Amino acid sequence: MDPRGKRTIRLVVALGAAVLLAVALIYTSFGAASEATTPAAVIGVPADGRSYQLTGKVVPGYSREGGVLHFRVRERAGRVSVPVRYQGVVPDPFRAGREVIVTVKREGNGFVAERDSLITKCPSKFSSEPAAS
Amino acid sequence: MLTLGRASLVLALAVAVVGIVSSLYGARAGRAEWVAVGRRSMYALFGVLTVTMVVLEAAFLRSDFSFRLVASHSSTTTPTFYKLTALWSSQEGSLLLWVWLLSGWASLALAATRKQLREIAPYATAVLLGLGGFFVSLTLVLAHPIQLLDPAPVEGNGLTPLLRHPSMMIHPPMLYSGYTLATIPFAFALGALITRRLDAAWLRSIRRFALLGWLCLGAGILLGARWSWSELGWGGYWAWDPVENASLLPWLTGTAFLHSLMIQEKRGMLRVWNISLVLATGILAIMGTFLVRSGILESIHAFGASTLGIPFLALLGVLMVSSAALVLIRRDELRSEHRLDSLFSREAAFLFNNLALVGLCFVIMWGTFFPLISEIATGTKASVGPPWFDRYTVPLAIALVFLSGIGPAIAWRRATPRNLRRAFLFPLAAAGGAFLVGWAVAGEPKVTTLAMFSAAAFAVAAVGQEFWRGARARHASTGASLPIALATLVSRNRRRYGGYVVHVGIALLFLGVAASSALQDVRDVRLRPGQSVHVKNYEIRYVRATGKLDHEKLSLGALLRVSKDGHHVATLAPSRGYYPSPDARQFGPIGRYFEGEATSEVGLKTGVERDIWTSVEPNIDSFAPMVDGIDRRFPLADAGAQGLLLNVIAERYRLDPPPAGFRMIVSPLVTWIWLGGLVAIAGALIALWPRPERARAWVLAVSKPRLGRAVGRA
Repeated sequence: MDPRGKRTIRLVVALGAAVLLAVALIYTSFGAASEATTPAAVIGVPADGRSYQLTGKVVPGYSREGGVLHFRVRERAGRVSVPVRYQGVVPDPFRAGREVIVTVKREGNGFVAERDSLITKCPSKFSSEPAAS
Repeated sequence: MLTLGRASLVLALAVAVVGIVSSLYGARAGRAEWVAVGRRSMYALFGVLTVTMVVLEAAFLRSDFSFRLVASHSSTTTPTFYKLTALWSSQEGSLLLWVWLLSGWASLALAATRKQLREIAPYATAVLLGLGGFFVSLTLVLAHPIQLLDPAPVEGNGLTPLLRHPSMMIHPPMLYSGYTLATIPFAFALGALITRRLDAAWLRSIRRFALLGWLCLGAGILLGARWSWSELGWGGYWAWDPVENASLLPWLTGTAFLHSLMIQEKRGMLRVWNISLVLATGILAIMGTFLVRSGILESIHAFGASTLGIPFLALLGVLMVSSAALVLIRRDELRSEHRLDSLFSREAAFLFNNLALVGLCFVIMWGTFFPLISEIATGTKASVGPPWFDRYTVPLAIALVFLSGIGPAIAWRRATPRNLRRAFLFPLAAAGGAFLVGWAVAGEPKVTTLAMFSAAAFAVAAVGQEFWRGARARHASTGASLPIALATLVSRNRRRYGGYVVHVGIALLFLGVAASSALQDVRDVRLRPGQSVHVKNYEIRYVRATGKLDHEKLSLGALLRVSKDGHHVATLAPSRGYYPSPDARQFGPIGRYFEGEATSEVGLKTGVERDIWTSVEPNIDSFAPMVDGIDRRFPLADAGAQGLLLNVIAERYRLDPPPAGFRMIVSPLVTWIWLGGLVAIAGALIALWPRPERARAWVLAVSKPRLGRAVGRA
């Protein structure tokens, strides 16, 4: 085969592979994604097995029962909050008032978190006000 | 000092503007003296920003809380070592560190190339000063690091306990060095495109800076992973977090460039590709910085919502459009001199390596930005998790490690069947052996795990064979002993053999990643003293609770005894440190210890075969009534009384601890990740180190004029 024909075949194969990869990426990412949402947006969703990535702030008054952490997540700027039941590693910076991201599914009246899915924003990034003198 | 610090920042902006104008004027008018003013402006920028850094570091060292930054991120009890690093734990301080490092590295690059690239350098200087000016403007307008706090508080907030780890001292400077060094080839590439000087000369001149940037970025990523494993209480080293991913993207394109550069140097091929990789690496480095600061993506590492996003987006837009436009305009001058002769050649191996690296970069970028993509496509933000990333990155990483064994061994232009047999018979046998050993040792591992074991063995064997053959040939030709022959072989071909050492390091690193992620055993348990649990083949017994108070925190933890087949292996002491909240009025003098920051101290036994990792989460809820009672009775307890009362709590915890939560992990070959990283760093240093004759030439170039002047004076 002449070199020009070879190059054309290589180009077609490379482009075909790139298109295949792109299609796979698009298909699988939309299929596997968890919707990022807030407490106000999920408060009335049905228990249909869908998972959500819930973002908000931890409401004061969380508790532990055995290995289960019970807490409420509220809107960043608002009062609406939803209860979350969580098992797994609790990040060190987890505190009331801290911003958390947790992957949850609706179950009964509350939400059950995916194991080890709780992340708390790194406190070094908070621009906390210095204490008063 | 405040005035000096503020004035130095304003002066820095003025210097950057003067430097940009004089560089561009000098280049357009052909006036060397104006070009020199531009270059010296970069040195001046570095000097002026050094003054700002010194002012701030001095304020941190003497706990001057009239500086808002110091009051927010340090305290009198913060250890001196960490006072020095507290500067870059803030948005403002880290921006300053970024631009200071940029000016330092750029000064070095401009000084090193001042006698070469006379046409390109002024434009590169203008681009680098433009970036410097942009960051200085950000600090002046949106995130000023020097703000007065009046009245100054008597005590500061302290540095976040999580950041009190030696890795954190150097992790951000290393990452930022990687990012800022990536902008140097970027600036020279733009200069080369503007001036149409598109041969390989400029690439050769800045190659060392590209390699140094790659090394710093890689070391920074590795330090972050190490910190995560040994300090954070979740038991992992990589979480596919957007900010982590953002640091990986320029590293991947930078790796691709360092390989494809060789094809341009040897064969004059891939010129459009190379310059695109250089430009992409620079832009991705800025994008990484943007991601941390804009709050555009949800990340544990991102600074909260800030006003920096729009300026960064504008900068990225300008950089992307101008880069793409210049490449398109100059595409005829960037045509390759040769074409690929065969798919069985070193050029093809490098090309596939580049495709795998760019593919990895694309996949990671897609996953990282998916929340934005999905919002644009569907109106709803959604994100993908680690399993999605693993699905694509694992096969690409396996291919990459295999290719890192093929590249060094295969012939340039076209490999014959004989060459292929000679080059790959032994590495293939090693790969097969690793597959069988992995199968036998690991029980029922995943196919991908076995494939990575094989790929790593293949790469190490291929590179080892290259070393062996090279040393043997040298031994035969010079009569030197084999170790001497090997040393001189490496010394005379540092770039080549340094690169091979990097390949070995990366293969070991991926071997560690594959084994530790696929074969680890994780147990989450609640135990009382005396109880034990089995993790893999180890028995871990909770011997007793621990509790102690030091001048900064209350630590509650556990003493764990690890044994295997009845033999003692290690004693581990994971704990959790409770740092007091500064707000004693709201939480009470004792309660504030349980409402402040807490940090896990991991109990870790490292080993070549496996790491035993433990963390503890003491149940402090049972102490709540006791703490409330103390706070009610002693609301004004001073520091001495607080110490006594906290010691009582620590004693109570030691004697009668409630069940504690533990995470216990036995993870094989984690140490190989750090060892592989160190080997890769050593390889990069070998490749970077100047050849003896070049170092001699440099010394002579510096000393000859001085000698001449001295002789003249005499």
